[in-house]
Amino acid sequence: MRKLEERIFKVLMIISSLVIMSVLLYILWIIIRRGLPSLTWDMVSKVPSGGFYLGKEGGILNAIVGSLYLIFGSVLISTLISLPVALYINFLISKKSRFSSIVRFSFDILFGIPSIVYGAFGFMVMIYLGIQASLLGGIIAVSLLIIPIMVRSIDEVAVYVPKDLIEAPLSLGATKFETLKVVVRQILPGITTAILLAVGRGIGDAATVLFTAGYTDSINLSPAQPAATLPLAIFFQLSSPIEEVQNRAYAAALILTIIILVISFSTRYFGNKLSKSKV
Amino acid sequence: MLGLTILCLTILFVIGLVLLSKAFPVFRDKDLFKVFFTSGWRPFKGEYGFLTFIFSTLNVTFIAILIALPFSLLTSIYLSEYSTSRIKKIFNPIIDLLSGIPPVIYGVWGTLTVVPLISEKIAPHFVDFSTGYSVLAGGIVLAIMITPLIISITNEVFAAIPKDIREASWSLGATKWETVKKVVLRKSLPGIIAAVVLAISRAFGETIAVLMVCGNVTELPASIFDSCYPLPALIANNYGEMMSLPEYEAALMFSALLLFIIIVIFNAGSRLILNRVSKRYQQ
Repeated sequence: MRKLEERIFKVLMIISSLVIMSVLLYILWIIIRRGLPSLTWDMVSKVPSGGFYLGKEGGILNAIVGSLYLIFGSVLISTLISLPVALYINFLISKKSRFSSIVRFSFDILFGIPSIVYGAFGFMVMIYLGIQASLLGGIIAVSLLIIPIMVRSIDEVAVYVPKDLIEAPLSLGATKFETLKVVVRQILPGITTAILLAVGRGIGDAATVLFTAGYTDSINLSPAQPAATLPLAIFFQLSSPIEEVQNRAYAAALILTIIILVISFSTRYFGNKLSKSKV
Repeated sequence: MLGLTILCLTILFVIGLVLLSKAFPVFRDKDLFKVFFTSGWRPFKGEYGFLTFIFSTLNVTFIAILIALPFSLLTSIYLSEYSTSRIKKIFNPIIDLLSGIPPVIYGVWGTLTVVPLISEKIAPHFVDFSTGYSVLAGGIVLAIMITPLIISITNEVFAAIPKDIREASWSLGATKWETVKKVVLRKSLPGIIAAVVLAISRAFGETIAVLMVCGNVTELPASIFDSCYPLPALIANNYGEMMSLPEYEAALMFSALLLFIIIVIFNAGSRLILNRVSKRYQQ
């Protein structure tokens, strides 16, 4: 009886692991099968003509470029904010101090806040500042979304760096800034992982950019103009009744999935200990 | 640096305050009982009943947890107690990738597979007609999205339980499964509950994927094969219109505030439990 129960549950465990594995493969298979036929050179090298929702010609270059700009801006801003915060709570004050744990706790909570709330909040901030739906608005909202991710994953590495590392150069007469440079070099793999995670999360999120970045058929380099993004290229064009437009959505979905796959593998390559699903 | 850190600390309050101030007209002008417990939604006539949206969100989340929990728990137990390290090495990237796939991709996949499956294969056995864009479709897609979350948290919770306790149980003659059932699972119950609460709050806030497969009909769903309209989808779908009417904007910001408050409370609670769990066994 005891053996039987154990055996039944072991079989169930293996089945559920296999189910989860096959769901992932099934998702990837569907996205590839649906997207690959539409993924032509025109698709990635042209902007849509005749309106992204109705025009049958053209591709999704607007969304690819828009997404890259958006994520570049957001990651730049978030790194400038996250890195000092992570360094501060680990090296300038005690890692285990009450203040450090409060900061960690509040980033844990910020991490859990859904992107739609960041989107809505970003939108309100934009109204307050008088900014229209624009690349800049999108960058603000996406930065809010990825700062908690970056702080948490830099912190995860920084926590293991002994405080001696900062005390030794200090005692030799180095300035605080020089000392922090040593630390940053030490946790560089962690920072790389943090950036990769942030790119993966930020580039694929639709709900944050929906209110804030807007959408456009053309490529805009000005931060004050709306910018198209890949997730919204999928979301908007999929609902179009025209097949050619839907195909653009499927191609965008495949491109986004490839980006995520590349990021996932490079994260694994850079940070062996860090995991994206670590929450 | 201290300034930046404090700035980040205040963000949480700033978000709460901004949403509260924008949603304030709802508290001032509306009967909150009516807001929560009626389902009439006619923004241009001043009728704002959130029941449909709240009910939809709860329903979709419930189905998602119901599906995801057994699969994730069994997989998690398998990975932490039974599997070899080689299997773990194969499985970790899978969980990572599942949690890394953007919501909009889940949405695309859902409309291509889950929705037709429900309308053609499953629903005809139960109801006369279903478009497939339904509570069930939302639940299934959400279930897949929260599975990696539950697995990775429970894995950490299991890992926090010292090996000694398991060995003590084995030496008393318990089998591996008995040890899992009576020692590991019992010891990690608070952690598992925290994982589920985190998963619920993730499911509450998920927007695009659910929106794409739920149908978004402002009517109380009569069965799981009917369309529904969760709260985040309401916000996402109406952002363009809401500017035309201050009251409408207030109502949408009220739903954002509602999500924000619930999710902050759920997150804070489960983080406190998880912090305690990981500390208890660290000497």
